[in-house]
Amino acid sequence: MNFDKELNARGLSCPLPIVKTKKSLADMTTGQVLKVISTDCGSLKDMAAFSEQTGNPLLSTVEENGEYVFYVKKK
Amino acid sequence: MAKKMAIIATKGTLDMAYPPFILGSTAAALGYDVQIFFTFYGLQLLRKDLSSVMISPLANPAMPMPVPMPVMVQMLPGMESMATMMMKQKLKKHGVASLEELRDLCLEADVKFVACQMTVDLFEFDKSEFIDNVEYGGAATFMSFAGDTDICLFV
Repeated sequence: MNFDKELNARGLSCPLPIVKTKKSLADMTTGQVLKVISTDCGSLKDMAAFSEQTGNPLLSTVEENGEYVFYVKKK
Repeated sequence: MAKKMAIIATKGTLDMAYPPFILGSTAAALGYDVQIFFTFYGLQLLRKDLSSVMISPLANPAMPMPVPMPVMVQMLPGMESMATMMMKQKLKKHGVASLEELRDLCLEADVKFVACQMTVDLFEFDKSEFIDNVEYGGAATFMSFAGDTDICLFV
C-alpha cells in the first residue's frame, strides 16, 4: 500500500504508539496515508479505537513477524 | 464540541504517577479537552525534578517482586531506592515512556494542569520547584471544569 509518511513505533508501549500517531497525523494533510509499525500487541485494539474516535480511517492492519503495520488515512 | 476528561491526581508514588499522565496524554490524542487537578501527594508530580518520585514495596503487597521479600527486609535503608531503580529499568526495557516524557506529551497536547492551592500551602510547597505550566485553584475551580466532563477519574 502506498503511504506518505512512516512512523516507527517499534519497542514502544502504550500509550506512545497512539500519541505518536496523533502527532504524526498533525503534520500531514487530508487524504495522506500514515504507515505505523508497532510491536505492542495492545496497539491492535488501540489503533482501531483511535481511528474510530478520531475519524481518521484505518485502511489496513497487517500482522507479520511479530510486528503490526497500520495504514491510517488523515481525515 | 470536544469531549472532556478530568482527573484528580492524589498520589505521588512512581506507580500511581503513571495513570494520570497516560490517560491524560491518550485522551488528548483522541481529541479530548483534558484537565488534571493535582492535590495532596499528587503535587509531587508537578516538580521540575521528578527524581524524588519513588516506589516502595513496603505496604504494597500486590507489587510483583523478582524474589519474595519479607516485610522486615523491605524496611531496610536503601530498599526504596533499589525498588525504584529496578522499576525504572523494567519500564524502560518494556518501552514504557518515562514520567517526564509523558508529562511533556500532556503539556504539548494542551492538557491543563491545576495545582490545589490549599495543599500547596498546607505542605509549604515552593512553587518555584514546580514546572511553569501550572495554574492554581481550589475545589470550586475543579468543579467548574469537572461538572461538564464525559469522563472524571480519581487517582
